Amino acid sequence: MSDIFKGIEPLIYESKINVPYSWWAGDTASKFFINLRDEKKIIAPRCGSCGKVFLPPRKVCPACFTENTEWVSVSDEGTLVSYSVARRKLASIPADKKLPVVWGLVKLDGADTAILHFLDDVDPGDVKIGMRVKAVFAEQRTGGIRDISHFKPVR
Amino acid sequence: MAKRVAIVGTGQTFHKSHRPDVNGQEIINEAVQRALADADLKIKDIDAIVIGNMDHFEGINYVDCWSVDGSGGVMKPVIKITTGGTTGASLAIGGNHMVGSGMFEKVLVIGWEKNSESDTTGAITTAFDPIWDRQVFAGAISGLAAEAQGYMARYGASDRDGARVSVRDRKHAMNNPHAQLRKEVTLEEVLASPMLADPIHLLDVCPRTDGACAVIMASEDVAEKICPKPDWIWKTAARHSYAYLGDADYGRLVSMERCAKEIFQKVGIKEPRKEIDVIEMYQPYSFAGLIWIEDMGIVGPGEAPGYIWDGNTDMGGELPVNPSGGVISCNPIGATGLIRCAEAAMQVMGKAEGRQVPDVNFAVSTGFGGCWWTDMLLHGKKKPN
Ligand SMILES: [Zn+2]
Repeated sequence: MSDIFKGIEPLIYESKINVPYSWWAGDTASKFFINLRDEKKIIAPRCGSCGKVFLPPRKVCPACFTENTEWVSVSDEGTLVSYSVARRKLASIPADKKLPVVWGLVKLDGADTAILHFLDDVDPGDVKIGMRVKAVFAEQRTGGIRDISHFKPVR
Repeated sequence: MAKRVAIVGTGQTFHKSHRPDVNGQEIINEAVQRALADADLKIKDIDAIVIGNMDHFEGINYVDCWSVDGSGGVMKPVIKITTGGTTGASLAIGGNHMVGSGMFEKVLVIGWEKNSESDTTGAITTAFDPIWDRQVFAGAISGLAAEAQGYMARYGASDRDGARVSVRDRKHAMNNPHAQLRKEVTLEEVLASPMLADPIHLLDVCPRTDGACAVIMASEDVAEKICPKPDWIWKTAARHSYAYLGDADYGRLVSMERCAKEIFQKVGIKEPRKEIDVIEMYQPYSFAGLIWIEDMGIVGPGEAPGYIWDGNTDMGGELPVNPSGGVISCNPIGATGLIRCAEAAMQVMGKAEGRQVPDVNFAVSTGFGGCWWTDMLLHGKKKPN
C-alpha cells in the first residue's frame, strides 16, 4: 500500500483561514431567547393550521408552509427521545464540557419536536430513552441556547 | 425529448488514508482517465461535466473552476453539485437529469475528496444550525449513535448485531483492490475496539479517505455504441428533510423509506428482496446496515438482525450488500455516493471482477448525508420500457 509513496518527499503547506461570522438569530428565535434569558420561561410558536408546536421555534410550519403567529408556554420538563455518550474530545464539543459528554434529544411537554442539549447530573450508564428530564437554567444568561445549562433527570 | 440514460464507463482511484503524492486536481484526473479508458472515449467526446465534493473539506469552494486541469473541463460546461454526504449520489442524479433532458449526450460525473487535508469534524459541524445545534453539539458520530440507540430501544437489537455488519463489510473489502481498509476483523475485535459514542465502537464506523470516482453517462442514442452492455439507470429518487437535529425519527430513516417506495412502485418491483440482486448502500456505520434495509423494504421492522446473521447479505447470500466493502472500508466523502453508483453499475455490467455477484439484473445504490437525507438509484441490465 505504501509503494506509491516511495521516493516522495511530501511537502505540505499548513494554513488556517480566519472566517468570522455573525449569525442573526432573527425575530422568532430572539423572542424565545429573550424570554429564556429574562424570565427563565420556555415558549414556542404554534402552527395555526396543524397545531404543531415547534422547539426550536420556527417562523414557518414546514408542513403547512404558513407563518406561525401564536406563541404558547412549554414545560421545562420533558422526555428523552434519544441520546448518545461522546467519549472522545472533539473540537465541536464546547471546551467547558468534561468527558464523557451525554448528548440528548428532549421533547418538552407541550412541544411536538425535540431539542438538542446536554444531559448532566446523571451517570451515563443510567440514561434511558423515555426517561423524564428537567431543564437546569444557567446562572448567567446571555440570550442563547446555553442559557439552559443542561437537562437533568427528574427524581 | 426525455432520453433513457445509461452508464457506459466508470473509474476510481486506489483510495488511501492520505495521498501526499498528488494534489486535488491530480487525484480527480486519475479517476477521469480511468473512466475514459473504461468507456474507450476521449475527453473531446464529453459534452458536459458535473463535479462535486464536500463544502469546507479542502477549503476550496469553487472546485468546478479550480479543477478543470484534472477534470478536463477546459472550455466545457461544468456544474458543481454539493449536498453533504449525499453529494456523490446527487452528482449521479444530476448527471442523469442532464442526459435524460436530451440537452447533453455524454456527461462526465466526478466526485472527489482529499479528506486528509482538513479537520473533518470541524467541516461537518458547519453543516449544522449555528444558533441551535452547534452550541450543544457532540460531533457527527453522536447523531448516528442516537439513531442506533433509538433502534435498539425499539426492537431489542444489540451491539453484536451492529458488529456483525461491520465484520461483513470488512470481509467484502478483501475482494476490492480500490478499498482503503482491507483487513478482516472478528466480532470480538469490533466489540473490543474503543467506544466513540455509545453504542458505536471505532470498528463500527467509516475511516477518512482520499479518493475520487468518475462515471460517464450517455443517452440511449449512443450508449450501446459506446458500451454493448451498459448499466441502464431505471429510476432515481431523492428525499431531503431536517432543519434541526431534533426533527428526525430516531431509529427509522424516513427519507430511505420514501425513496424506496417511490422507485419500487413506479418500476413495479413488488418483492425487492427477491427482485434486487445486489445493494451498494451508503452506510457510514454498522447499525445503518440493520436499520436502513428495513426502511428500504428488504425486510420488516426489527427483522434485519436475523436476516443478516443468517448470511443473506453476505457474498453468495440471497441479496449481497456492499460487495465493495462499503463506506466502512473507504469514505472519500464527496466521492462516496458516486462510488456506490459506480460499483452498482459495475455489477450490472459484469465488470466487478473479484467482487462480482453473479447474474445481476437489478442493483440499488444509495447516498446518505446532510442529516437523515437519502438519494437512491435503481440500476438495471435491461433497457427501461
Ligand atoms: Zn402546520
